[in-house]
Amino acid sequence: MTPLPGASPEMLEQLVADCRRLADRAAERVGGRVHLMEVCGTHSHAIARAGIRDLLGDAVRLVSGPGCPVCVTDAGQIDLCLDLAERPHTILATFGDMVRVPGSRGSLAEVRARGGRVKVVYSPLEALAAAQQAPDSEVVMVGVGFETTAPTIACLVREADRLGLRNLSLLSAHKTVPPALRALLAAEEVGLHGFLCPGHVSVVIGSNAYRSIANDYRTPCVVAGFEPADILLAIRMLLQQVAEGEAKVENAYRRAVAPEGNRHAVEAMYSVFAVGEASWRGIGVIPKSGLRLRDEWSAFDAMARFALTAPEVQDHPACHCGEVLRGARLPAECPAFGRACTPARPLGPCMVSSEGACAAEHRYRAA
Amino acid sequence: MTMTRVKDEAIRRTSPGVERASLPEAVLLGHGGGGRLMQELIADCLGVLGPANGLDQPNDAACLELPSGERLAFTTDSFVVSPLSFPGGDVGRLAVCGTVNDLAAMGAQPLGLSLGLVIEEGLQREALAQIIASIRNACEEAGTRILTGDTKVVERGAADGLFINTSGVGLIAPGVLLGGERARAGDRVIVNGPLADHALAILAAREELPLQGDFHSDCAPLNDLTAAVLEAGGNGVRALRDLTRGGLAAALNEIARQSHAHVQIVEGAVPVRPAAKAACDLLGHDPLSMANEGKLVALVAPDRADDVLAAMQAHALGREAAIVGEVKSLDECRVTARTALGPTRIVDLPSGELLPRIC
Repeated sequence: MTPLPGASPEMLEQLVADCRRLADRAAERVGGRVHLMEVCGTHSHAIARAGIRDLLGDAVRLVSGPGCPVCVTDAGQIDLCLDLAERPHTILATFGDMVRVPGSRGSLAEVRARGGRVKVVYSPLEALAAAQQAPDSEVVMVGVGFETTAPTIACLVREADRLGLRNLSLLSAHKTVPPALRALLAAEEVGLHGFLCPGHVSVVIGSNAYRSIANDYRTPCVVAGFEPADILLAIRMLLQQVAEGEAKVENAYRRAVAPEGNRHAVEAMYSVFAVGEASWRGIGVIPKSGLRLRDEWSAFDAMARFALTAPEVQDHPACHCGEVLRGARLPAECPAFGRACTPARPLGPCMVSSEGACAAEHRYRAA
Repeated sequence: MTMTRVKDEAIRRTSPGVERASLPEAVLLGHGGGGRLMQELIADCLGVLGPANGLDQPNDAACLELPSGERLAFTTDSFVVSPLSFPGGDVGRLAVCGTVNDLAAMGAQPLGLSLGLVIEEGLQREALAQIIASIRNACEEAGTRILTGDTKVVERGAADGLFINTSGVGLIAPGVLLGGERARAGDRVIVNGPLADHALAILAAREELPLQGDFHSDCAPLNDLTAAVLEAGGNGVRALRDLTRGGLAAALNEIARQSHAHVQIVEGAVPVRPAAKAACDLLGHDPLSMANEGKLVALVAPDRADDVLAAMQAHALGREAAIVGEVKSLDECRVTARTALGPTRIVDLPSGELLPRIC
């Protein structure tokens, strides 16, 4: 694994030693285990892959939060996707992550095997090409993601409009990260002592976006990159703050994240989307945490075009994805983990999405 | 809907409290991924063929003993790659190399191949001619030839351009005994070069992904390299395995299962080009699970490992060969990797659909 440019094995060792030392001090300060949460699927994978959880010792409990966009998409939305993919003359364009996520009646992979048209795209602009190539079909792009993907989806909508494409629409399940962090803190279910803030999302929204969280809830926030050294550095900064009783926003990923973020991306996003409420799997409806198409772009709204309403769907009774997404359980603490629920036979999205915490933990579980 | 029935049965079959997810009714793309789902499909649907029909044959090719005492390796493989041609090769080259490499992994030199073509109507004659030319070239490179063949044309939509099946028969050199069941504690794990290039070349060649970086498939016949490995390592070479779908992770898991061995690799020792590493990170894939078409893993007794490594590095197809791990014990069946930070983690079989139609 390529470490942070310039991160020697000695530096990594030093970072681990610093974290362990600070963890003891921080634990003493809070009077128990220090609970830190990462809120990014890519972090979940990097942490599991490098075995960072095991390195930190017992003083720190590093939990995953609602950082995997597919995982926080509620089951009703998945069922809407199944419904659309089953319709004749409809092509459902989606990122590959969604294909195997179980809804209440199977997954998109199963719909595809029965003849449903599901097109896996790497870039939203592929949906544009699909719509151009199939003028007699309706192409629906599934917009699942945080502030990282929303700007590119916004560009898709604008480009479709510019080209006068009338057979392309968007099923938007986009969400924004900071309101979810506030909701978790407000719920006080898990006594969280700090957030490892998502690197990719922060490239867009900037590290300043977490200021009000740090201030209002007295909770340290540190933006982290994705190499083991990046993550250890951010954990060290969090533990330092906890040990000192501080609560501020720090940036351990300065080579990519600016305090004010990427203005162009934010403008593109809000030129097409307006803020609305969103339903998060495991958390429920959070006000001002979703992105819906603005009224002037409503012609591209798949919900309106196909007169859809999201069904109420109960998660599988043995699935504990909700608790995993709230940081109340680690994947391995779920009774179904690795037994009734495996990547080949997932009960819930966290085990199947490439960014899911359970998938990461299962794939890279400690030997 | 019949889904419900299947789900109910699945629930009834399991203990109360913990329910299993439903079994899909239809074959899914993921069942072809070379991972756990595929193992399940084979066990569920092909199981009726029974061990008498080669279902317990976990090596890359079957071994047939003739009355004369000579041993033949026999294998078959189908090639459905999309697109048909890509940097570093095309479906024709792949169809020859894939089968030659399955024979080579048994220590066999190919006697000849069969060639089955399923052509979709509308395929351009020129494209077909190019693929046939590359079949001829790959055969020359491998020192083999096509002995028999079959050609079918199906209506548009019933295949995607061209599907190829090749079977191969090879002669196993006298005294060579190879197999995943032969691993011993202390054996070294050696690969002949950087991983993941084939899968990335295919991805980059697919129009949908504007992947930058110079990705060339490693597609190559390995029978000359395996001959050099066997000459250098003799009976110290326990097993060879061609690293195709599922990559090094799948091959080592198979060997671990066959030998009931704990195989440990050192993540930092596994050769992966920086551009390939970056692309895998970007796409969320693990280089250990990515497909290759010109790579093999060798399990070699410790006292012969350096000789085998030197022989690989002296060969054009093994310049960047490396020792990446060892067999820790025969007490437990698992594959682990030591990470850059020190902890070890499980290296699992990929579960399902990584990248369909990669070979």
